Amino acid sequence: MLEFMRSLLFVPGNNPGMVQNAAVFGSDAVILDLEDAVSLQEKDTARFLVVEALQTVDYHKCGIVVRINPLEYNGGADIAAVVPAAPDALLVPKVQSAADIQAVAAQVSAHEKPGQPEVKIIALIETPRGLAEAYAIASADKRVIALALGAEDYTAALGAKRTRDGLEILGARTTLLNAAAAAGIPAIDTPFTDINDEEGLRKDLALAKQLGFKGKLSIHPRQIEIIHEELNPSKEEIRWAERVVAVIRQAEQDGVGAISLDGKMIDAPIVLRARQVLKVADVLQGREV
Amino acid sequence: MKNKIGREIPENIDGYGPVIPFGGAFAQEAPARRCAPVMKQVRPGESKLMESIEAVFHRIPIRNGMTLSFHHHFRNGDSVLNQVLAVAAKLGLKNLNIMVSSIFPVHAPLIDHIASGVVTGIDTNYVSGPVGKALSGGILAKPVILRTHGGRARAIEAAQAHIDVAFIAAPAADAYGNISGVRGETACGSLGYAMPDAEYADHVVAVTNQLEDYPLTPVSISQTRVDYVVKIDHIGDPRGIVSGTTTITKDPIGLVIARLASQVIEASGLVKKGFSFQTGAGGASLAAARYVGQIMERDGVTGSFIMGGITAYLVDMLNRGLFQKIIDVQDFDLDAVKSLATNPNHIEVSAGFYANPFNSGCVVNQLDTVILGATEIDTDFNVNVVTGSDGVIMGGSGGHSDAAAGAKLTVVVANLLRGRLPILMDRVLTATTPGETVDVLVTEQGIAVNPARQDLQERFKAARLPVREVHELKQLAEKIAGVPEVPHFDGRIVAVVEYRDGTVIDVVRQVNA
Amino acid sequence: MAKLLKPAQAGTLESGDIMVTIVPAGAGAGVSIDLESIVLLQYGPAIQRTVEEVFKTAGIEDATIRLVDRGALDCTIRARLKAAIFRAGASEGGEHNA
Repeated sequence: MLEFMRSLLFVPGNNPGMVQNAAVFGSDAVILDLEDAVSLQEKDTARFLVVEALQTVDYHKCGIVVRINPLEYNGGADIAAVVPAAPDALLVPKVQSAADIQAVAAQVSAHEKPGQPEVKIIALIETPRGLAEAYAIASADKRVIALALGAEDYTAALGAKRTRDGLEILGARTTLLNAAAAAGIPAIDTPFTDINDEEGLRKDLALAKQLGFKGKLSIHPRQIEIIHEELNPSKEEIRWAERVVAVIRQAEQDGVGAISLDGKMIDAPIVLRARQVLKVADVLQGREV
Repeated sequence: MKNKIGREIPENIDGYGPVIPFGGAFAQEAPARRCAPVMKQVRPGESKLMESIEAVFHRIPIRNGMTLSFHHHFRNGDSVLNQVLAVAAKLGLKNLNIMVSSIFPVHAPLIDHIASGVVTGIDTNYVSGPVGKALSGGILAKPVILRTHGGRARAIEAAQAHIDVAFIAAPAADAYGNISGVRGETACGSLGYAMPDAEYADHVVAVTNQLEDYPLTPVSISQTRVDYVVKIDHIGDPRGIVSGTTTITKDPIGLVIARLASQVIEASGLVKKGFSFQTGAGGASLAAARYVGQIMERDGVTGSFIMGGITAYLVDMLNRGLFQKIIDVQDFDLDAVKSLATNPNHIEVSAGFYANPFNSGCVVNQLDTVILGATEIDTDFNVNVVTGSDGVIMGGSGGHSDAAAGAKLTVVVANLLRGRLPILMDRVLTATTPGETVDVLVTEQGIAVNPARQDLQERFKAARLPVREVHELKQLAEKIAGVPEVPHFDGRIVAVVEYRDGTVIDVVRQVNA
Repeated sequence: MAKLLKPAQAGTLESGDIMVTIVPAGAGAGVSIDLESIVLLQYGPAIQRTVEEVFKTAGIEDATIRLVDRGALDCTIRARLKAAIFRAGASEGGEHNA
């Protein structure tokens, strides 16, 4: 189930070893990939494999997402096969408009079995057009639970070079974050593609966290632990949040209106952020390592 | 009869003799006396230098039925065993007993020598490659004796294994028989496994490709124990010591297991000043060692010593000051060889110092933690590292049982499923290391603690590690893979698995492959 | 009853996978299975049963099947069998849940 989306790990949909072991790396969700990770001539076999895995493999607490192919590349066959096997969500690639989402949502509805939990949609925004339509996409259907950024295709379309510090996608990231927030859903950051560059990944995550991302796509199991370390609330953040909440509680008891902590005004947005931090910390506390 | 861990063993095994059944890891009493080696005499002016291996055969002389011993400090790069046996075959010798500390794929010619009757007995601690397959197929009439590294040293000292002639591959030697493992073009590091043989064999032959001026230093095995020196062109390829799994795994599941193993070790409370640690050379064990090193670095802990097959990773930990000493019975890469040659805190020791249970204290007794692998493990925590799932011999204890017995915390790391096969089962095919000496199993799907170690169980739960009951973990494996049929082998006994104290822990039966 | 129209293959020889090759056979020939597996001792009968069940469910009575198994889990074996049958022209792409 998708209670949490700090880390979403891509797994090639036609690789039995990876598909069956996907949950042991501790990511919050796995994405069984039928799109880029599968060659054209193996789309059919991958689809069969992913469907069987969804029906039999126990992914424990790990959320299950399937990246389907775009509708114009036989994504309909993916939906027809995969949806009845009840993944938590579909990751829909190359979404360009609200209409794209509505078309997928209609097909998903058509293939859901009676009584099965609603299959959600995560929209992968990876084109300039998609980014321009991001808010409309995010609010196109109630199934849409998150926007995700795919920066490789996006920068290619711009003719920009992808770099380690990611300045070229700063605008895309903030645009996506704003659109998602406007629609009341989270935004998930693009993968960091150099799997051997741990320091680069940490810097990339620090920036993503600063901008407001709560989760990140990942292309390698080794990245998961680092993603969690960087995106989890730090001890200092948790301590700060606890103090904020304590001060608020005290103020409520005392009937005081204006409150401050360390000389700074505490207003509603700060309280909201503190409560969010504590909520995440709470969930983490209850988890196994 | 059944031994302590419920293995059915005949009271007498043809070609082996009467069996002392395994009765518990420390149940067996040491025999009253070590055996006395032969006295030797070399007068002034006498030369030990021989012109060829064949000349050594004539001089001793080596006769039918003798026991010749060899060692695995070149691992899969060894060339001495094959050359010596080729001479034996050429001279028409028969019925030789070969006592070799480990057998590698490079030793495949042994199969022909067995088939032709040159070799009729094998005594070893580890067998990989084609020889293991041939032995499992029953090529040898007498069962192979499979010992532990410590057990081999013990058997030699107790005269249960009498060595007529020890052939010691010497990367450098002088003409008077001083041997070094760290000098010369073929430097391979510690000669620890050859040391008991040098002390106890009736005849000791140094086989070298580099003859140096007298006196050679540093000395690993000294002139006082070496009777003959022979120079040949090629004794071994030191690159062969890197054979097998001696680099940190890149396998993501192996890394998950390694991380969990390091968390288990941390939670055990043993990682503090003076911490001592042994790790196998398997990729996951090495990765776990790296994670343990990170924990020590973070907490500012300096350990006392580290051992195992020595690799660059362990040398790096020594050099970074994480441990004060390396205790070295065997090197697994050339960085380790270099360190042994240059770093006074990197110490060469004998197999007996390492692991012999019947001396005044071997170093495994000083271990806090060891990380070991497993081919199979059962719900009683007995471990198999001898036979594969097809019943074929593909390994051996080596130091597995020794370190498990000595360490305060023995951690076995293994994938819960290898391919489709669950490694956790009701009963391992061949018991090598008894469950009473194994404390924790770490898999990618969680950890299981030996019920005898409630103390650890509580510590791990407090650290919120994913502890599962061992039967629960087994059921999980079977849920994923399906319940396997249990293969049954009832051919004649092709190998006797001796525990380190010389009792019989299990037997291996013939497989018709 | 369904009929295979052409020979087909699915799967790979990678660890954890299985290579399935099926060839149509004449009516009445039955299903013949040639199985090579690294876990034959432990899972040979289980693999046989899975193959028979998948073919029966697909309604195929005549076929020659060759399997080279590298330790695939049951779900992988089923997926590869179904994919091979699909490629052999005996089932529709959408019918995964029959």
